[in-house]
Amino acid sequence: MNTATTTTANGHAPHGDGHYGGALRWLTTTNHKDIGTMYLTFALIMFFVGGAMILAVRAELFQPGLQLMQPEFFNQLIGVHALVMIFAALMPAATGFANWQIPLMIGAPDMALPRLNNWGFWLLPPAAILLTLPFPLALLGIGDGAIATGWTFYAPLSVQGGIGVDFAIFAVHILGISSILGSINIIVTIFNLRAPGMTMMKLPLFCWGWLITAFLLIATIPVLAGAVTMLLTDRHFGTHFFNAAGGGDPILFQHLFWFFGHPEVYILLLPVWGLMPHVLATFSRKSVYGYKGQVYGFVAIGLLSVVVWAHHFFTAGLPVPALLYFMYSTMSISLPLAVLFFCWIATMWRGSMSFETPMLFAVGFIVLFGIAGLTGLVLADVAADAQYHHSYFVVAHFHYALFAGGIMGVMTGVYYWLPKWTGRMYSETLGKWHFWLTVLSFNLTFMPQFFLGLAGMPRRIPDYALQFAEFNAISTVGAFILGISQLLFAWNIIQCVRGRGAPAASRAWEGATGLEWELSSPPPHHSWEVQPRVK
Amino acid sequence: MKRPVSLLTALSACLPLTARADYRWSFPEPATPIARDTLAIHNEFMLIITVLFVVVFAIMIYSMARHRKSLGHEPAQFSGPRGRLQWFWVLVPFAILLFIDFVLMGIPAFHAVIEMEDTRTRADMVVKVTGYQWKWQYEYPDDGIKFMSNLATPPEQIGNAAPKGEHYLLEVDNPLVLPVGRKVRVLLTSTDVIHTWWVPQFGVKRDAIPGFIRETWVRIEQPGIYRGQCAELCGKGHGFMPVVVKAVSEPEYLAWRDAKKSELAQAASGSDRVWSKDELLAQGKEVYAQQCAVCHQPEGQGLPPAFPALAGSKVVNGPLLGMDGRPAAGSHVDRVMNGKEGTAMQAFKNTLTDVELAAVITHERNSFGNRMGDMIQPAQIKALRQEAK
Amino acid sequence: MSTHSAPGTPHYYVPRPTHYPVTLSGALFLLALGFILKINAYAPGPWFMLAAAALILYVLFGWFGAIIRESATRAYGDWEDRSFRHGMVWFIASEVAFFAAFFGALFYVRIISVPDLLSLLDSHGWTLYPEYQGLSWPQSGAGPKAMEFTPMGAWGIPALNTALLLSSGATVTWAHWGLLRDNRRQLILGLALTILLGFSFLGFQAWEYHHAYSELGLTLGAGVYGATFFMLTGFHGFHVTLGAIMLTVIFIRCLKGHFDAGNHFAFEGVAWYWHFVDVVWLLLFVFVYWL
Ligand code: HEA
Ligand code: HEA
Ligand code: CUA
Ligand SMILES: [Cu+2]
Repeated sequence: MNTATTTTANGHAPHGDGHYGGALRWLTTTNHKDIGTMYLTFALIMFFVGGAMILAVRAELFQPGLQLMQPEFFNQLIGVHALVMIFAALMPAATGFANWQIPLMIGAPDMALPRLNNWGFWLLPPAAILLTLPFPLALLGIGDGAIATGWTFYAPLSVQGGIGVDFAIFAVHILGISSILGSINIIVTIFNLRAPGMTMMKLPLFCWGWLITAFLLIATIPVLAGAVTMLLTDRHFGTHFFNAAGGGDPILFQHLFWFFGHPEVYILLLPVWGLMPHVLATFSRKSVYGYKGQVYGFVAIGLLSVVVWAHHFFTAGLPVPALLYFMYSTMSISLPLAVLFFCWIATMWRGSMSFETPMLFAVGFIVLFGIAGLTGLVLADVAADAQYHHSYFVVAHFHYALFAGGIMGVMTGVYYWLPKWTGRMYSETLGKWHFWLTVLSFNLTFMPQFFLGLAGMPRRIPDYALQFAEFNAISTVGAFILGISQLLFAWNIIQCVRGRGAPAASRAWEGATGLEWELSSPPPHHSWEVQPRVK
Repeated sequence: MKRPVSLLTALSACLPLTARADYRWSFPEPATPIARDTLAIHNEFMLIITVLFVVVFAIMIYSMARHRKSLGHEPAQFSGPRGRLQWFWVLVPFAILLFIDFVLMGIPAFHAVIEMEDTRTRADMVVKVTGYQWKWQYEYPDDGIKFMSNLATPPEQIGNAAPKGEHYLLEVDNPLVLPVGRKVRVLLTSTDVIHTWWVPQFGVKRDAIPGFIRETWVRIEQPGIYRGQCAELCGKGHGFMPVVVKAVSEPEYLAWRDAKKSELAQAASGSDRVWSKDELLAQGKEVYAQQCAVCHQPEGQGLPPAFPALAGSKVVNGPLLGMDGRPAAGSHVDRVMNGKEGTAMQAFKNTLTDVELAAVITHERNSFGNRMGDMIQPAQIKALRQEAK
Repeated sequence: MSTHSAPGTPHYYVPRPTHYPVTLSGALFLLALGFILKINAYAPGPWFMLAAAALILYVLFGWFGAIIRESATRAYGDWEDRSFRHGMVWFIASEVAFFAAFFGALFYVRIISVPDLLSLLDSHGWTLYPEYQGLSWPQSGAGPKAMEFTPMGAWGIPALNTALLLSSGATVTWAHWGLLRDNRRQLILGLALTILLGFSFLGFQAWEYHHAYSELGLTLGAGVYGATFFMLTGFHGFHVTLGAIMLTVIFIRCLKGHFDAGNHFAFEGVAWYWHFVDVVWLLLFVFVYWL
């Protein structure tokens, strides 16, 4: 896809000294658009890889009994699916948005630290390879496959595990470095490269969302790095962090992991929550409602997210006061989110709406993420969580959040900005087909999983009791339709990149406002050589 | 815009279904006070969030239907209320949400948590539950009863070579037997990794954490057989370590208890007499199928590298014991009795009787093409146990 | 791409394309792969790591070399300078979070897990460690893995090291003052002293470790005490080493007269880093050695 993108991204302003052509250009680029493009391409590819893995899993779960794979391999697939989707698909996609859009939106010439920016991206492929290498190695008789502990690395299972755990540990380290670099770059760009006159309270909400995300990454990713480092030394260098025999505690790992893990879920969605008001305002032809409220909402979510982590292991036997504290603090996150929902709907209210694909995805996002959030809220209840925990109810909850919230949010952004990036309008009909197929098959896949969970089906099992058969069959069918539908998405993008489709105006959408729409589509190689003045 | 409307109604139609107590769509029939509590809370919450969902999105859908360009609706020009009004719009919804979160949902939750965590007051009996990869051990400390509970579903059914039984994957050889109407305090721990003891109809789920002890409690109201599963990923056998509890009336329970006691005494006494090799081989074959075949495979070919083969294994074809007649590190007896650190190979001295140990060791040395020809007597194992103490 | 700001409109410096980042990523991949193979006893591991080390050195020299040349040719103005400062601050912030994880582990085992293990019998009427009792800290646990050891006292080498590191913090600041008022002697002397103090700290730290292993029976495997002790002090020591190396580089650059009162981000960045390891040490001294 590289060569293809080349034509568009430098279709403008042939640029001067020291620029390589072909592949070298992509290896060495310091341009925020090139890097953004690479992030997004990588994310799309890994989305398919992670999806392919889970399709295998769904196929195994189509009926009771073991048909396709052994339990070990099943466990490896689900964990790597999760790690790939979260760290190699969703997060890079959001970072790709940041790279492309933040300089355009705040009137900056580029990102503040372009070389580190390039490094941030090029750390991802090695990490992705480390994550998946154990599969082929196992075929060569080296080790017994990838990490089989799920994406949560729980000790002592991960201490007991094979070489795959070590690969995952170092993959996480490298991904961590990448995220930190990206975050630093974004924070510095927003603080230091804003156009004159753009005060923080005029900063586009997308940038605000990403700013909070970046802070959360800097605060929590290193803790994850520390946790997996302790795991590594427990595995190979005789420490006892997670071993009672030495005075350690397996639950310590869960505290450390979820201190990262819960903020992580907001890290994944804050950029999307920042994006939504732009899209809604554009297609309602109305200004964003409650800008201040949303900014404070983001900040509140950021602060709350780091003090609620233990709701992920209520059943581990925490003392009662701790249970109550984590239950109530978790519930209170619904308040800032209620603010966001309120503002989103108020932005549409009495507007003049039209429903192009981005708007469809935005609306779909709001509804389905509403389900995710509301079920999250009941999960926060300690007593009821004793039933939900580690059942498919949780799996359903977080796919409503991660796929309908995260991935569909990203799709919203892609359809919204694709004309700006490629200078071409995507096919509206394909887009609409993609939306409806995705929404319907998504619910077909995951709605049944709520009921599976309630009926008592645990997660992470390769085979199940007969009473769960029907819902699992439905879910698998849904998953395959969902998967195939995503090919429409890929095709639509590829067409734009190849320069098919009607040329896009600089203001691609009638109602669009903001600096990014004042540059040509696609924008010149150096976005704002001369910074605009914001009044 | 017909389609989104129908879609949304479809969705919101799905949610309230979960509120029906009909177990197809909700929790299975509660069998303990806790379970009834959690079900009530679950239903209340589902109602609340369904209402929230409908209200919030009714407004949105109304707006989507009315305020469209295609209907020539002109965009209003507001970006947020000002002054007094602003405070109204901020404070009133917040008040409502706070009420929902911390009163409607918060108060029942509080009481349920308190009750759920109170394992001690007026507990009638104690049961110790220990998780192993991949089976449960149940112990009645007051009666000195202790036994393993293994998956009873035959491998053929899992491999689709045989039709699946009614309780596929939810059946065990020795269920946990409990009297109805008694408050049973359950103490949990594990020997290898974290497992989670879960019976949906009891409304309890508690982790069994290696090296630590956790507690929960049950008071079963109706006699019957209650089935659950391990709920924490614990390795390849995670999907195959069910929890089955058989609740019986007080007298039945007492009868079962005495029978079990004498049965165990029987087994123990077995280690005092001398066993013939054939007896050991016969017994050992069964034990192997029960305890070892999961990992080392029925024909002892194993699943390397995680689960080494026993056929031609150095350990199995090595010395039974060390020179000094003790289980030297890495000797066959040592490996089976004490297991291997940091692997799934556990210390079977904790779970098997002297006879079973002697039998399975003898079996391994004389099967899968291993021709050591020797054997070890239950009495020897018993002696080794004494020494270890 | 013009690298110099046209008069009037400020121009932000966007560096030319460079292969150093991607090369470094490749090196890190080799390093990780090699290390994984090594700890799992596969022969080629060390060779990968060796290759990686070489690559990394090459990149460090090349990349920093380029940056130094740029700053020498005044490619950067105050605008870029501000980016670097912000960047350094947030990088240090992430380092703080990394240490927080290990301090968190320390507090957790001291306040929660070890006391729990000691009170199993009281709280559950059942214990897994019949003959386990004693202080809740220092501790090496209850199981067969527990071992005898003497905890590291605070008032010997650690106290001395505290003095060394604190004074090194002072000297580097003193050097900075020298730089600010163009007093070259003070700058050079201050830096030289700082480096000296830094390396002597490391010397004592190494000695302390040897003492711990050879006489106190205090090893990485000595339960949670050993684990937290060595991981915390070890990572700190590692950061001090980095800091000292960076100081040395800065020292050489000072000798070459790269800096002046107006333009010396590199110097300040390193100084900040040095203060950061200083503060971490103070926490270590209090919570690991003393209390
Ligand atoms: C993007 C991802 C994402 C997001 C945004 C969320 C959002 C939330 N999640 Fe979720 N969650 C996950 C991803 C996510 N989660 C994942 C991946 C797991 C499983 C990890 C694993 O074990 O593998 C998980 C698991 C998980 C658990 C643990 C379950 C268990 O294992 O037992 C809990 C428990 O409290 C929880 C709670 C919440 C809550 C309260 C929110 C809140 O943020 C939701 C707030 C939103 C709303 C409340 C809806 C909008 C508000 C309104 C419509 C206004 C009106 C509403 C009210 C006033 C109530 N989540
Ligand atoms: C962003 C995060 C994300 C995303 C997008 C998804 C997407 C999907 N997930 Fe996943 N999932 C997780 C995060 C995510 N998941 C996490 C965190 C877990 C927990 C893991 C654990 O327990 O540790 C999990 C676990 C999980 C489970 C539970 C496994 C278990 O507990 O046993 C299931 C089961 O159905 C599932 C299904 C799906 C499906 C059907 C999709 C679909 O949406 C995917 C749709 C997309 C595609 C299918 C891609 C298209 C593919 C093709 C067209 C074919 C292949 C083509 C090529 C390769 C070229 N996921
Ligand atoms: Cu035991 Cu899962
Ligand atoms: Cu969470």
